[in-house]
Amino acid sequence: VAVAPARAAWPVVDGSQYEGSRIPSPIPTVKRVDPERVGSDDLLRINFGPNHPSTHGVLRLIVDLDGESVEGIEAVIGYLHTGFEKSMESKTWWKCVTYSPRMDYVGFQNNELTFVLAAEKLLGLEVPTKATWMRMLLSELSRIHSHLIFLGTSALELGAVSMFWYCFREREMILDLFEMVTGQRMHTRYFQIGGLAEDIPQGFYPECRKFIDWFPHALNDYLTLLDRNAIWLERTKGVGVLSASDAIALGQSGPNLRASGVDWDLRRDQPYLAYEQVDFRVPVYTHGDVYDRYRVRMDEMAESNRIVDQCLRRLERMEGQPWIVDDRKVVLPPREELHTSMESLIHHFKIVTEGFRVPEGEIYVATESPRGEQGCYLVSEGGPKPWRVHFRAPSFVALQATPTCLHETLVADLIAIVGSLDAVMGDTDR
Amino acid sequence: VSYSDLPGFVESSEAYGETTVTIEREQIRDACLYARDELGFQMLADVVATDYLGWGAKGVSGYIGTESGRDLNFPMTQGLQAMPAGKPKRFSVSYHLLAMRSPAERVRFKVWAEDGEPVPSVVSVWPTADWLEREQFDLMGIPFDGHPNLKRLIMDDDWEGHPLRKDYPIGGEPVRFSEAE
Repeated sequence: VAVAPARAAWPVVDGSQYEGSRIPSPIPTVKRVDPERVGSDDLLRINFGPNHPSTHGVLRLIVDLDGESVEGIEAVIGYLHTGFEKSMESKTWWKCVTYSPRMDYVGFQNNELTFVLAAEKLLGLEVPTKATWMRMLLSELSRIHSHLIFLGTSALELGAVSMFWYCFREREMILDLFEMVTGQRMHTRYFQIGGLAEDIPQGFYPECRKFIDWFPHALNDYLTLLDRNAIWLERTKGVGVLSASDAIALGQSGPNLRASGVDWDLRRDQPYLAYEQVDFRVPVYTHGDVYDRYRVRMDEMAESNRIVDQCLRRLERMEGQPWIVDDRKVVLPPREELHTSMESLIHHFKIVTEGFRVPEGEIYVATESPRGEQGCYLVSEGGPKPWRVHFRAPSFVALQATPTCLHETLVADLIAIVGSLDAVMGDTDR
Repeated sequence: VSYSDLPGFVESSEAYGETTVTIEREQIRDACLYARDELGFQMLADVVATDYLGWGAKGVSGYIGTESGRDLNFPMTQGLQAMPAGKPKRFSVSYHLLAMRSPAERVRFKVWAEDGEPVPSVVSVWPTADWLEREQFDLMGIPFDGHPNLKRLIMDDDWEGHPLRKDYPIGGEPVRFSEAE
């Protein structure tokens, strides 16, 4: 039964955060000090990073300080550039799947999903229902996993050390689930073009159910620890404000956009997988500050937990159904057939050595990753390797908003702001 | 939505459920401004350039059969099943626009450019294009005209060449502090 998710008034754009725009001009991503003050003895230019512990990877911020107040900022990225896009051009489509989760190494399942969905769209493959629901389940677990890392590290940076251990305790439970299904804790490569790499193992459902029964209690613990913590509130409320119109102009997406009062979630507004068949709420907050970005993610974890629950209910009734399409030109034949069937052996050999051909065309597929709009742009020449692969990385775009979020900011707030934008440098630099 | 009124409109095509609108290179900024203000595409999701150098050069593979018959020196694993459609110029720059309404709408604007031909910058329309364009300048060497801060973003400032170009070899980058030095 299709359930239409509840929807608030259509994109709520609340301009109440501040008047006008705070995007620096003429360069939107560089905040310069007042020209009259250039060369002043009061100003100190320092490097934040690239190896600063609270820059979430290797991000370098060139910061102009007047005492503790941040007067100018410029971000320098690229320290984690790995050339994934270039490498993928020289690999067969089948091998490319392995690259995609390594970009955003915190929300890996979602990257994998975006690439696989895009390739399937070019191939025109109909994925089995069971695979679709399992993909949804794992993507939502991955979202919880990603938000837990956000919460743990952001709280740690602001002094709430114990949060880190609690968050990583639940994160460990999710990684154990991933390991149970895929054999890997991270970078699972479980989504295959055409479906899933393997059937869902015996005993996964009860284990997963244990987790989703436990997780609301854990979430409640986090709220108790943080949400009435005077220091946490003081450090996050009203800090790093981003207005709705500035967020849209800066291309923000995901939790950062929803914290600024824009009711937009691709899972609901441009549904993929089977999101139109599950019931979930899209949390929207309107202050656009660090606190609201944290609240959006807290609520999202609860909603993801509900989606996982609904996926489980469906999947439990799909025992024995296929988990990958039966298209021997694209999908590897079952291993046991290789010993008895010449045909299967040939197909296996062809797919592994030469790869399968993907029809000519170009495509842009966007999904809602934990960080926002994760896009995958593919161009195929019609051969066994992609001609061009490009990922629209939500972290890359989120970091652009840093200078706009700075307004009468102190150095300590800078840490809170960069943490709240939740950029993963692997995703940013690719 | 009708795209034919866009400034610099050349043609519009549908494929895989996506609309691609080709725009005259010189007028892409005006077209984007029009799309934002008149057509309701509030958000620029992505800017991506593609290098089509050598597109289709592998030809059709032998086992399918070509006009000249089967070429034994050209193994079938290398070729394509069908010749892809030709491209007007070497580079394409695609702009993925998003209209946040119900139902959500997306459109791809596309301009074509030869090596070194400048593409007008859309930073003045969407500030988010700042890094998006800088990345494509850095990795693909597309000069964006009117960009306020067009310098390398991902690679080092003194890097030579543009790594995502098709004539840039994989593994061919100079290595610092190698044994020979």
